[in-house]
Amino acid sequence: MAKDMMQPFELYQPDTLDNALSLAERYGAEGWLMSGGNDSLDWFKDRAKRPVAVIELGGLTDLAGIKAVDGGLEIGAQTTLTEIANSDLVRENFSVLADAAARVASPQIRNASSIGGNVCQDARCWYYRDGLDCYRAGGTTCYADTPEGMNREHCLFGADRCVAVSPSDTAPALVALDAEFVISGSAGTRTVAAGDFFIGPDIDIERMTVLEPGEILTLIKIPATFAGATFYFEKVADRNVWDFPIVNVAAAIKESDGKIEDIRIACAGVECVPKRLTVVEEVVKGSVRDEETAKLAGQSAVRGATPLNFNHFKIPLMENLVVRALRDA
Amino acid sequence: MAYKLLGKDFTPPDITAKVTGRAKYSEDFRVEGMVYARLLTSPMPHAKVVNIDASAALAMKGVYGVLTADDVPAQPIPNKSILTNEPMYVGEPILAVAAETDQLCMDAIDAIKVELEPLDFTVDPLQSLYPGGPNARSDGNIAGRKQGAPYVKETKWSARDFASAEEGQLPMGPAEDEWLYGDLEVGFDDSEYVFDESFITQGLSHHALEPRSCLSYWQNGKCFVHGSSQSQSFVMPGLAAYVGVEMKDLVFIAEFCGGGFGAKGVAYTEMAIPAFMSKKINRPVMLRISRAEEYGLGCARPGFQGRLKMGFAKDGRVKACDLYIIQENGPDTGMNDYMSAADALSLVYTPENMRFRGIPVSTNTPPRVPQRGPGQNQIACVVEPLLDKAATALGISRLDIRTVNTPDNATLYGPRKGKVTSAYLKEAYLKGAEDFGWEERLKLSGQRNGSKVIGIGLGSAYHSAGYSGFDGLVVITPEGKLNIHNGVGNLGTYSHTSTARVAAEVLKMEWDDCTVLRGDSRKHLPWNLAQFGSNTSYTMTRTNYVAAVDAVNKLKQIAATDLGGAPEDYDIDGKNVFATADASKSMSYAQAAQRAVELGGALSGQEAPEDLNPMTKASVAGVAGSGLVGVAKDTLAQEGTVPAFAVGFMQVEVDLETGKYEVTDYTGVADCGTVLHPQGLAQQIKGGAVDGIGLAGYERHVYDPQNGLPACVGLNASKLPTILDVPSTMNASAVEIADPMNPVGARGIGEPVQGCAAAALLSALSDALGGHYFNRVPVMPDMIVNASMGREQSHNPLQVNTF
Repeated sequence: MAKDMMQPFELYQPDTLDNALSLAERYGAEGWLMSGGNDSLDWFKDRAKRPVAVIELGGLTDLAGIKAVDGGLEIGAQTTLTEIANSDLVRENFSVLADAAARVASPQIRNASSIGGNVCQDARCWYYRDGLDCYRAGGTTCYADTPEGMNREHCLFGADRCVAVSPSDTAPALVALDAEFVISGSAGTRTVAAGDFFIGPDIDIERMTVLEPGEILTLIKIPATFAGATFYFEKVADRNVWDFPIVNVAAAIKESDGKIEDIRIACAGVECVPKRLTVVEEVVKGSVRDEETAKLAGQSAVRGATPLNFNHFKIPLMENLVVRALRDA
Repeated sequence: MAYKLLGKDFTPPDITAKVTGRAKYSEDFRVEGMVYARLLTSPMPHAKVVNIDASAALAMKGVYGVLTADDVPAQPIPNKSILTNEPMYVGEPILAVAAETDQLCMDAIDAIKVELEPLDFTVDPLQSLYPGGPNARSDGNIAGRKQGAPYVKETKWSARDFASAEEGQLPMGPAEDEWLYGDLEVGFDDSEYVFDESFITQGLSHHALEPRSCLSYWQNGKCFVHGSSQSQSFVMPGLAAYVGVEMKDLVFIAEFCGGGFGAKGVAYTEMAIPAFMSKKINRPVMLRISRAEEYGLGCARPGFQGRLKMGFAKDGRVKACDLYIIQENGPDTGMNDYMSAADALSLVYTPENMRFRGIPVSTNTPPRVPQRGPGQNQIACVVEPLLDKAATALGISRLDIRTVNTPDNATLYGPRKGKVTSAYLKEAYLKGAEDFGWEERLKLSGQRNGSKVIGIGLGSAYHSAGYSGFDGLVVITPEGKLNIHNGVGNLGTYSHTSTARVAAEVLKMEWDDCTVLRGDSRKHLPWNLAQFGSNTSYTMTRTNYVAAVDAVNKLKQIAATDLGGAPEDYDIDGKNVFATADASKSMSYAQAAQRAVELGGALSGQEAPEDLNPMTKASVAGVAGSGLVGVAKDTLAQEGTVPAFAVGFMQVEVDLETGKYEVTDYTGVADCGTVLHPQGLAQQIKGGAVDGIGLAGYERHVYDPQNGLPACVGLNASKLPTILDVPSTMNASAVEIADPMNPVGARGIGEPVQGCAAAALLSALSDALGGHYFNRVPVMPDMIVNASMGREQSHNPLQVNTF
């Protein structure tokens, strides 16, 4: 049961990236990088995660802010979701990200949460969050993927012992924008495409991203590729505020001569990673954006879906959202 | 009748503290030497404690003690335990630890080794009724109270009982409780249309914002308890019994309550834990209850697995009704929701012939206690959408099928043919239909806008709303002020004060000259009913009325004694008591109060009426000599159940592609007699509607059948509706026809205002979906998507614990 009382840990609040990296390297797996804290504090209060040291990144002001660069954007990982949702720079050319950020959780949480934290957040499977010894927690079972498991909110695709899903609203938008994630570590800096940043249980069942212990996500780069394109974001959650998506969809569509020239489309809530729907992209590219194309897109999106006992509704829901992305964008 | 104070808005005396944050809830108190306590709760749904090794915890610096079930009195089986060696749900307290800090308590709990032996468990009542099915308790699977006496037994249905039901249909084996009136066969034979539907209503947490933290300490032989409570005086006997003291040695402080919804109506076991711990370690103890713990200790509304057969005449009149409810009852005595549901069905729809059968089945889930409209609101969710189905089948209006069955002042309901004090449900429907524009709105029903479709719904709910026989106590001070002693409690509705204003009204006093004394048993409070069951408006107006009438009589008696003549020669004007024939013969209330002190006896509380409750007698003794004491037991006439009715009308717009919907309009109308406090009533109707939208469409209460774990711990996981899930504006009004059995015509209203909105939402959703009936609450987006896309639902029709 949740204990609602953190155990003591060393709290570090570095004000430079070098100091943060040094601390992250020093503590390794015993350290915990915390941004806005909305994901982390639950773990701590439940005593389900017990880091020795918490390295709070909110003081790294160099990692906050939005800049226009070469027709694209550079967004510091510590930029708040509220800032992104309200940014003219983002709204002007990449509104799908602003729309996604604006639908995260609640205004209070968006004020405190960073984009970096939102894309790095852990899985919300309630069994895992309850502190059970499931695969993702280093154990040898999955409580959700059983005949009686309460798995309404779990995955349609990519199950591999774990059936948790990506809970992020901004992640599919970033995938749809071909974003790149800049990661710093003691060994230097590397840049990873959004599609490669998120990893499923087949790659590492105890992580949701490629971040290694000691590494810090510092910057998100959005290229000019889809600047000013037609965008669509929609999130379906049980509640209209303070809720994770059941399924969401983000799309960036470039059209010319009345046809779809290029498109990126991704959904969260259906797989452990934000699922880029490359088949849909292939199906609709070169087509007129009409009802028939939208319908084909929806049908293609859910091919291969493998529902669990309580989540087969996600198949029509995902199909409908993809239809809407093409039809209503 | 025109009143000076009643029916007018006022500033509640406790509101400033609430909005400024100065209000002190139980966890806000600090006393010298106070230490903290936390609970070690069960990680298993049913287990036996084999061994507790607390040695490592007790060796920690700053840890003061451990309290186990062996340190506290055992409760009569099958009542809820204070602490237990046989936990029966995940989260049930096994022991408490006291330490210097909250954090140290939890560190100590981490160091305690509790060895548990797992026992059979179940979270599904039907599963427990199977031949050979698991029992939630070691001593049986059926527990409850009959004529107030707790019982526990084992009941299993036969394989034949189960086999005789169709797939998805509720089997109906031997019942624990049943009644019948009329002749069912005749009623169904006379019916033009009959349905027979199985249904599920989910249990629910209460979601009180304030967890039930509790401070307790002992001083000079008295036990002090600062608790989170809806109620005040009514808590005292039960709490004194838990703690093992006489009531005179108990001080109970509960000035503010951060939400109760029925779960904090009476004394509860957790209040006793810091008292026993404090006694054991000789320090004041603050037992801190976390948000997560509140989701277990806070108990829950019972869920139903049920079946309802109803027969209707051509005009929609209910000819016969056959109801069977299996109640998910938690691990102990639970609550009688299933019986209340049957009573409600009998009263609200007045079936000419009716049978009820029910059985409460123990489950390894949190204890079941009252929650807003216990039983009545669940059955409203079941019946109201099905009335729409019947209306459609009969080709009559959905409004008419309701108004043709509504009770009136002459209605006799239930197997005992009980009366009601008054009933204007039909008037509420007609007023609501007019305010909402029902006929015009119906033209919007089914209208499409892209993927969205409009649905129009309506529904009603009921709860009994008043009792009698409690005491009132007021004191006119020698300064000419009025103290109204009020022991009802503070659930947050301000009715503690709206009902106290009756005393001022009777005495014709200015409200600024009145003070409501409450929230602390040292304030000499009378014996009053708890603040639950929608009763306060009715019950407390009566007690305050009789106390004020007694004060008026005493004013006149004193005036006659000092100024000559007989008491009946005198009248009052709010400041003075004067001779009606000669206004110069007058004395002020202040003078009369001073004279009461001088004259003594009953006038100043030196003597008290014999028929008062001992608690009130003690309070009268406490105020004796401080002024003119008005005190009396409510012996006013009452015949029949005091009903509260509410109706709701709702418009929704359902997105068939996503299962999401928007409630675009809501109108609620209350039948609650005289309106005491318009703002308070409007807030009840609107707040109740939000609660009803949660009941019917949002809130989750799920226990994993694999290991009995709660899936919905916390305000987020429970998915109660947010401000963006409910209409931004709602309409609220009342029938405003006075009840003849109340001196000011008032009846309560707190509970049905939830049920009617829940019913209206379900009715509207089914309307939008072209007559698809879910026979289940809550209705979630996944169910709507499945329905609109023509897919099977994920759960089978009788499955419980589904998201």
